[in-house]
Amino acid sequence: MKIGYFTERPYRGLAENEILRNRAYFAVSNKFFDPEQAANDYHYYLDEYCYAEELGFDVVALNEHHGNPFCMGSVMNVEAAILAHRTKKVKIVLIGNPLPVIKHPLRMAEELAEIDLISRGRLITGWVRGAGSEQFFNNANPAYNREMFNEAHDFIVQAWTRPGPWRYEGKHFHYRHVNPWALPYQKPHPPMWIPGVISAETVKWCAEHRYPYIGLGTQLGPTCDLWDYYANEAAKLGYEAGPENFGYLVPTVLAETEDKAQEIANNFVYGGGQNAFAAPEFTMPPGYNSKSAIRMLAKQTTGSWLGVSGDKLKQSASGDEEGAVDYDEVRRKLRAGLQKVQNNYQVIVGTPKTVLPKIKTILQVLRPGVFIMFSVQGPVSDEDRKRSMRLFAEDVMPALHEYGKEIGLPDAFARTPGSVPLNDGVARSAVVDRGPLKELGLR
Amino acid sequence: MTTATNETIKVGDTDLAVVRGGAGKPLLIFHDELGYPGWMTWNERLAQERTLLIPLQPGFGKTVRIDWILNYRDLAGFYSQAVREHKIEPVDVIGFSSGAFVAAEMVAADPKIFNRMILVAPMGLKPAEGEILDFFALTIGRHLRSTVADPVRTPEFSKIYGGEMTPAQFEAFEDARAETARIGWEPFMHNPSLPHLLAGPKPPTLLIRGTQDKIVPQGCVDAYMKAIAGSKAASIQGAGHRPEIENPAEFERLVKQFLAA
Repeated sequence: MKIGYFTERPYRGLAENEILRNRAYFAVSNKFFDPEQAANDYHYYLDEYCYAEELGFDVVALNEHHGNPFCMGSVMNVEAAILAHRTKKVKIVLIGNPLPVIKHPLRMAEELAEIDLISRGRLITGWVRGAGSEQFFNNANPAYNREMFNEAHDFIVQAWTRPGPWRYEGKHFHYRHVNPWALPYQKPHPPMWIPGVISAETVKWCAEHRYPYIGLGTQLGPTCDLWDYYANEAAKLGYEAGPENFGYLVPTVLAETEDKAQEIANNFVYGGGQNAFAAPEFTMPPGYNSKSAIRMLAKQTTGSWLGVSGDKLKQSASGDEEGAVDYDEVRRKLRAGLQKVQNNYQVIVGTPKTVLPKIKTILQVLRPGVFIMFSVQGPVSDEDRKRSMRLFAEDVMPALHEYGKEIGLPDAFARTPGSVPLNDGVARSAVVDRGPLKELGLR
Repeated sequence: MTTATNETIKVGDTDLAVVRGGAGKPLLIFHDELGYPGWMTWNERLAQERTLLIPLQPGFGKTVRIDWILNYRDLAGFYSQAVREHKIEPVDVIGFSSGAFVAAEMVAADPKIFNRMILVAPMGLKPAEGEILDFFALTIGRHLRSTVADPVRTPEFSKIYGGEMTPAQFEAFEDARAETARIGWEPFMHNPSLPHLLAGPKPPTLLIRGTQDKIVPQGCVDAYMKAIAGSKAASIQGAGHRPEIENPAEFERLVKQFLAA
């Protein structure tokens, strides 16, 4: 099993009330942007990723969002290129490049090949559809999001593997001369891991391509359902899915005392946290979600990623987002909600002693080949952030590696995803263990 | 009371759902970007003298999405094919909002396809001043409420959208908004070449807009007035984007007067 480190790289100079007043991070005016603060943050986060390598994390993960102080990675490939040069051993995972909103797969193929070359083959590239707000920011037609995702992906794989020059006339992309000189260091191309919230379509697509699926802090029960769905699709395709096909990323913060950890953890809901990524009107642009995805989302009644939740769906239908805001009341509710997601194991907070069994439970239930620690959000000091990482790396990570061996969690490097054949008529192995969910009162 | 019927006609080898009701000469009606809301007072009044033909836009639920339709000009081409194949040209037409965009594209390509043309709160041209409201960046609830100046004082609005939105209604609106995004996202609900193709002789044209329309600015009407020589404009005081349900009596008066001229 591999263990990774991830941070959204939040902009740490924004007053919380500005986010609450806007009801979301997305669309807070950039008149509040301070270049000195941002420069300091960018430098710090790059140093922090290097520190993760020093601490022994196997992978570091980057992501990308646009026009949003929630995440400073507006051009993730720039950061990845810097890390490719500054780090030596750690794998660099991109979760992921939002293909339909970038709308230039040839350029993407060149950028990523360059990063893979600079890192001498340490790039793991992933793709996403881009959050709803990103369709607005980049003026990307949401009704073609899925089509453009699929076409861009297929094109990039071709651009990396098919000798050029050749011409491409697709539906959404057209190129006269495809012949990128810089090709990936890894052959036939870098591995691909696909992050997701709860989209069954994405899981099916991953199973078809034998790409690992990385669950982003989704509730354990629905995540088990998705894992099973992946494994069933894999079985139809004649292979057995296992831990190498799955990864899980969860918000995690540690401190030397429980109180201190809880105090820092409050920053996971700073400004509303993940559920305030974007307001409802920017979360689900028309055509972005399939009908089945909307029905699936409606089942997600508690906190979830990027503001996509059943509550948001209801708000979208009713338009109830209007009305006066009592900021103190909002903060009280947010912190109460934080406790709820801790009880759900969607946010892990505590000392090494209390965090370890919780993560072991997650590993037991979801059996992922990669576990990624998602560092704290909000304006948390460098010192608190680094202490959390160090406590995790020194006092939790070794035990998790051991536990991974004990319960048999091969990662995507130890066993190629999709490489275990499953013969017709043979039942597939279990990919999850729901046992602990009942004991914890979770479904 | 008129009985409106739902029927399916062939256009080439494609099925097109059409609502038909009334008696007399045909009057073609293109619904707006939220879809056909049902048979309303204004339909009933016009149906006393005319046979209303209301095609239900492909991709909005009743008629399946047609993948080769990539923009409003393509949609106009499809509807023009329907008009020609069913031999109803020249026909009178009323287009509402995005439906007006469709009618304008049709008449730009074939000025003789319509006898008289009424464009209500018309999209399709970049407004001379102001902006077409980005209704994609609104929740469905707010989008619906933005279509009328005062939901409380618009009884037919409550009739259509009152009460809690059911999952089926939510999906129907999602269908409509998704298809509108697919063909109208960029450039947003207008076509830069359309004003140039609207030059030259065109059928008599009436432009109607509510003075409190929050979605389509007066600049759109001004752009059409400039593009279509001899077109006339009428305002309905106090109405929003749906003057046909906000002030059905005045809407009926304007339409009948224009069509009878």
